[in-house]
Amino acid sequence: MEIKLSDKKIATRESYGNALAELGAQYPDLLVLDADLAGATKTSTFKKAFPDRHIDCGIAEANMTGIAAGLATTGKIPFISSFAMFAAGRNFEQVRNSIGYPHLNVKIGATHAGITVGEDGATHQCLEDLALMRTIPGMTVIVPSDDIEAKAAVKAALDYEGPVYLRFGRAAVPVFNDYEGYKFEIGKAQVLKEGTDVSLIANGVLVAEALIAAEKLEADGISCEVINMATIKPLDAEAVIKTASKTKKVVTLEEHSIIGGLGGAVAEVLAENCPTKMKRIGINDQFGQSADAKTLMKHYKLDSEGIYSTIKEWMS
Amino acid sequence: MNNNELKLTAANIRKGIVTAVHSAKSGHPGGSLSAADMYTFLYFEQMKNIDPSNPQKEDRDRFVLSKGHTAPGLYSTLAHRGYFPVEELTTLRKLGSRLQGHPCMNETPGVDMSSGSLGQGLSVAVGMALSAKLSNKDYRVYSLLGDGEIQEGQIWEAAMFAGANKLSNLTVIVDNNGLQIDGRVADVCSVYPIADKFQAFNFNTVEIDGHDFDQIRAAFKAAEAETEKPTAIIMKTLKGKGVSFMEDQAGWHGKAPNDEEFEQAIKELDAAIAEIGG
Repeated sequence: MEIKLSDKKIATRESYGNALAELGAQYPDLLVLDADLAGATKTSTFKKAFPDRHIDCGIAEANMTGIAAGLATTGKIPFISSFAMFAAGRNFEQVRNSIGYPHLNVKIGATHAGITVGEDGATHQCLEDLALMRTIPGMTVIVPSDDIEAKAAVKAALDYEGPVYLRFGRAAVPVFNDYEGYKFEIGKAQVLKEGTDVSLIANGVLVAEALIAAEKLEADGISCEVINMATIKPLDAEAVIKTASKTKKVVTLEEHSIIGGLGGAVAEVLAENCPTKMKRIGINDQFGQSADAKTLMKHYKLDSEGIYSTIKEWMS
Repeated sequence: MNNNELKLTAANIRKGIVTAVHSAKSGHPGGSLSAADMYTFLYFEQMKNIDPSNPQKEDRDRFVLSKGHTAPGLYSTLAHRGYFPVEELTTLRKLGSRLQGHPCMNETPGVDMSSGSLGQGLSVAVGMALSAKLSNKDYRVYSLLGDGEIQEGQIWEAAMFAGANKLSNLTVIVDNNGLQIDGRVADVCSVYPIADKFQAFNFNTVEIDGHDFDQIRAAFKAAEAETEKPTAIIMKTLKGKGVSFMEDQAGWHGKAPNDEEFEQAIKELDAAIAEIGG
């Protein structure tokens, strides 16, 4: 199996809106709630197709979260949409107490996550959402890496009974999960490339960058195993242990703080099961800043070049 | 139920509240007692299609206790209504009990929503009311709020949405006992005028004495007759109502009576029951 990054680029928020619109007919209980960001979260696509099933709550995310909980108690399947900063950040306690504690069937579609938000800057670049959501008992946390996975994740979330946090990005990312045999399953890692010297465990926009970086490292004689860990919770611990036991070196890659997200989750599994040398690539406990997404990815060394140099240095 | 029967039921519910909190050695008697008459009217008279043998009945009226700390009031009411044995009230707040310190919908039969973090319950009630409208169902949704609780901003987000969306099947009840933990609501951070605020958020409002069953009955009639707006019933109550030494004392917001105080409370409530003719 060889993974190819397509020239076709689609932002996963776009995929989110499209998936909702495509699934609307099949799931009559599906409702979509927005807080004045339907245009940006791309749920406007759903709104156009199912105007009676789209509810704009105005700029009031906490209330939107509670309304979704109430709808879920009556058998509806609400998706609440906002930027990750508000969906997970502002809303943390509403999500914990009104959705998590009663384990209600609410899906949280969080777009504009991470630094690829770009020019809006630090106030809108959520780098803490995965850490927050991961600590809520019974919460499923998914970070799709491309258009295909984002759509599959929305469908899987709909078929799953319980709260799910889905993280989508603003910037367009290459499509690559169109390979033969691709199947999204909540809690299952995908080995995209086998290798023996180091394991690159990534999710979201960093998966494509990790694949490019791996190619460069291979050229330098470093054999990389690349794993797409789309589900952070429940984490595929078996896959983590398996690859760590094989390569003895693990790098995590995410567009999130290195604290509490994928890096944290993988470190927890490794520390308890098979202590392994590890490097966390992400945002190093700092706030982002304004610039276009590409410039920021380069600045924070999250593009393939930056990843390549960080791993190269770490390996030597 | 006639008023006498309602009064008798309310007195027994008050006994259950005091018994549960005494047994737990912690909990919130003050706001449970102030709302006891309202709880009684809701569950014994007002709410339609509720069935203790089938708590999840699809088209039942629903209740969200937004001021979730007064769970002892809700639990005592549900027990007396037949959702679970009255004896179970003494398990309140104990390890493994179905009666958690704050309501848990997955534990307690008859509890329609988990609540307790102030400000959140009304949004959930709004979601339930919205669901009924979207599905053309005619069940109604009730939510009980504390007067201190309406200091929370989320209450007004929810009120704005309910008013804007004309959720006439939603009735909000504000238990205006005038006290919160740190003192008088008027002093801590005044919420007054309450009715004017809800009116400004496009609510129909009714102001009543929350211990007068005729006024409670009339308020719900007014809510049912309103077809364009949600209704807010602002009820003046006495915190700790029915137990003399707890009445109008902020100190009894979240404190359990000791054995001596418990005996005194039960004696007073038994005397009230005898006077009603129970």
